[in-house]
Formats: sequence, C-alpha cells, structure tokens
Amino acid sequence: MKRTGLKSERWLNFAKYLILIVAAIIMIYPVWSAFNLSMMTDAEATSFPPRQFPSGLHLTNIQRALRTAPLGRYLINSIIQSLLVMSGQLITACLAAYAFAFIDFRWRNIFFIIFLSTMMIPWEATIIPNYLLIKQLRWTDTFLGLSVPFMATGFGTFLLPLARPAVGTLAIYSFLQTYNQYLWPLLITNKPDMRTVQIGIALLQDEERYMINNIMAGVVFILVPTLVLFIITNKQLIRGLTAGAVKG
Amino acid sequence: MNAAKTQPLKAGLTKRQWRSVKQFIQGVLFLSPSLILFMVFVFIPLVKSIVLSGYITTPIGAPAKFVGLQNYSRFLADPAFLNSIKTTFLFILYVVPPTILISLILALLGNMQVNYIQVFRVLFSFTIAVSAATASLIFLYIYHPTVGVNYLLSLIGIPKIEWLVSSQTALFSIALITVWLQVGLNMVILLAAIQAIPEELFESAMIDGADWWKQLIHITLPLLSSTFFFLLVVDTLAAFQTFTPIHILTKGGPLSSTNLIVYSVYREFYFNGKYGLAAAQSIVLFVIMLVLTIIQFVFIERKVFYE
Repeated sequence: MKRTGLKSERWLNFAKYLILIVAAIIMIYPVWSAFNLSMMTDAEATSFPPRQFPSGLHLTNIQRALRTAPLGRYLINSIIQSLLVMSGQLITACLAAYAFAFIDFRWRNIFFIIFLSTMMIPWEATIIPNYLLIKQLRWTDTFLGLSVPFMATGFGTFLLPLARPAVGTLAIYSFLQTYNQYLWPLLITNKPDMRTVQIGIALLQDEERYMINNIMAGVVFILVPTLVLFIITNKQLIRGLTAGAVKG
Repeated sequence: MNAAKTQPLKAGLTKRQWRSVKQFIQGVLFLSPSLILFMVFVFIPLVKSIVLSGYITTPIGAPAKFVGLQNYSRFLADPAFLNSIKTTFLFILYVVPPTILISLILALLGNMQVNYIQVFRVLFSFTIAVSAATASLIFLYIYHPTVGVNYLLSLIGIPKIEWLVSSQTALFSIALITVWLQVGLNMVILLAAIQAIPEELFESAMIDGADWWKQLIHITLPLLSSTFFFLLVVDTLAAFQTFTPIHILTKGGPLSSTNLIVYSVYREFYFNGKYGLAAAQSIVLFVIMLVLTIIQFVFIERKVFYE
C-alpha cells in the first residue's frame, strides 16, 4: 500500500511539472524565438524549412544593428527619460502621500477625489491639447517634453501608504512604464538623436536593408534591460502592486 | 462665543482657526507639485479637448470656426467611425475574457506547492516588463505566413492561418498580442488574491470531503469575485487604449478591420490635421469608457461576493 502511495505521489509530481513546463513554454515561446532568431546568420534566418535554433551564438546581428541604427543612443535617451519620470513621480507622490496620510487639513477628501479622478481620465481625452501645448512650449525633441507631463501620478500616490516596499515598487514600475512608452515619444520626437528605443526599434522594420534576424537582435537588445530588471526585482514589484489590487 | 477659547491671535483668528489655516496651507503645499502637474497636463487639457471638439481648426490645431456639435453629428453618421466603435467593442470581447481565463489557469498553476515554483511564477508573469512595441515586432515574425507559428502548425497538419493579412483574422491576431501582454499582470494579481484566501477554509472543506475541483468552484472562485471585477475594469480600459500593435503591424487595416477608435483619433489629428474632429472622437471614447466603468461598478459590483 505504502509503495503504491509513494509511486502515485511521484507520478502526480511529475504531472505537475509537466503542466508547468508546457504552460511556461507557451508563455515564453515568442521571446524565446526572438532570442534564437537574433543569433542566426542571414542564411540561417531565411532558410526553409525554417531553423528553430541558430548554429551558434552569432553576435554579428547586434553589432550590425548597433552600427547602422543608433540603438545605443536611443537606449541612453530612454534611460534618461525613464529616470527623470521616475524621480519626478517619486518626489510628487511621496509629498502628496505624506500629506494625505499625516496632515489633517480641510477639504482633504476633496483633494483625494481630485487625485482619484485623474486615474479615470484616460490619455486619449487629453492627448491632443497636450501635444499642442508641448509644441507651443517648443518642448518637442526635448527631455522636458518627454518627461514633465508624466511626473505626477495618482496611482503612485495611492500605492505608497499601502505597503512598506511601495517606494521601490513605484520606482521600478514607473521606470518600466516610461521605458516602454510608445505613443507619446512618437508624437513629440522627430530628430533621430532624440528618439527613444521603442520608436527606434519600430522604425527598423520599415527599412528594407534590415532582415528579421537584425530586427530581432535590436528587439533583444532593448528587451534585455527590462527583463533583467524584472527578474531581479519581481518579488518586490509584485508585492507592492498586488497589495493595492487585492485590497481594493 | 466662549471667551476662554476665542482669545484672538494675529489677524483676529482664534487659536483653533489659526491652526487649521496653517494645516491647510501645509497640506496644500505638499500636494501642490502634483496638483500643478495635474492641472496643466490633465484637467485643463480635458476642458480644452471638449472646447476643441466644438471647432473646425486650422491644420496646426488653432480653433478657426465654431460649429457646435457638428463634429459629433458628422462622424456619428459616418459608417467608418461607427465601424471603429463596433471594432473596438469586438476587440474588447476578444481580449478581456481570454485574458482573465488564461491568467486564472496560470495563477492556479503558480499556486501549486512544488519546488522551484518561483521560477515558474516569473516565467508566467514576465510580460509585465515587455513593451508593446517589442511584442509587436516579435509577433511580426510569429505571424509570418510561412515560417513563424504557421510552420509549427503545418508540422501537425493544421492549415495556414492568415493572421494579419486577412480582414477576418487581423483583429483576433492583434487581440492575441494584447492578451499575451496583459496576462502577466493579471496572473500576479490573481495569484496574490488566491494566496490571501484563509487556509482554514480549504482545511475544513477537505475534512468535509471536498476534492480539488469542488474547492475551486465553491471556495476559490467565489472569493476571487472582487478580484475578477477589478481585472474586468482594468483589462477593458487597457483594451480600449490599445494603440502600439496597430500602429506597428496593421495601420488599421486590412479593410479597416483593426481601426480601433484610438487609432482613428491619432490618424485624424496627426495625419489629417482635423484636430476638432479628433477631439470630438476622443471625447466620445472617454464617455464610453466612463459609462462602461460606471456600469461595471453599479451592476457587477453588487453581485460580487464579499467575505
């Protein structure tokens, strides 16, 4: 009896891992194939039937992408933008969260509702006047235009008092959000040396001289920083983010 | 008035009033950086959008001629915009239920008690860190007519799917990218909610002889209902705001089959210079989102189970 019990437990464990692995493969397949393609030579990338794996770790694609498209410059732009937004949000959100938590002032609830309502107003409803404002201020193609409009955050303000790791969570979250932005930098940057990574990578696709393995090398190049950031900080990020969602 | 308490200080204020004024100033001072930014980049632009929607503008966005509600009546009679609204709702249907269902499955898997489960949790949730732009480019390959996932499907005898090329499948293909991107955040929120359920509930159910499936139906799912509701709102709003994959992959086509309202707004003002019309469309989008959110709060929230 005992032996069969042990045996069936082992089978159950095996089945659990099998399901977990299958689910994980489905989730990571897109990124996995991007990594593989980014390492392929031109001949390997265009062969048919298509190869699923590269013959070796060819880094020529990323070298070519870095040389012909200024991905390094885009990366620096994105990091500067993200750090600016992150510090701005940390300052404004910490100040506001402090006031809401520790100062008992008149009309506090009204101000609270004002902050809350900013989360209900989507960017679509404000983007045209904001775009015109940035043009009027001559902030197009500047870091001011890329960062200042995002420096206040209702979400971050409410996140802060909820959990102790929340400051770190907000920092990581706002960095990721900004680094991954697409529409706003698309609208307000035109000069090649002010482009951010997400726009820069999307532009590669329009150019004939880049093949799929070159483009994927660029994708991997700009994806790796955020993936590494996520792998290092996921526990803290998730603990902070879910503290708000599960309670609310 | 009580003489002891109302000893006038400076400027004729009582001590208590003075303190409350001081605290008010202090509070507002701490809020002011956020308040100023919200004013300049959220509230004033919202009002400006509404004003702008009543005008025909010059090609650089300056109001030229007041036309009242004509912008609204113009596109609400336009089959192309009505198609955008229909497409947007269809898109939400393609995105939201699958996202929540898949995330629930992944969260239940991530809740299993085995070694290295943390590794799997990271593998299930990493799309939190993936940008829509890189995802779109990766799926450009995945959706390739012959080499991407179509090749893998051909190995097991499934005929080619046209993905982005056909107006029948393009919207679904864009939805699939959005689902993949949204699943990460949904999964971690559901997992946290599952882990917040008191262990005793499962223990007493086990004593009563309830198997895993019964526990799921009678304990886990009912207790997750407020989380489902939260995700329903979050995912619907995210689906409404999907822009990047459309801009990178389809440009609203083929045959306008992926021309969501957001993309229509972008095209009207950025390419066609019709700022007034685009502002009116954006206000319609805003109102639809607001109404949906309120409906979800009023009607669904009521049926949600609370402990």
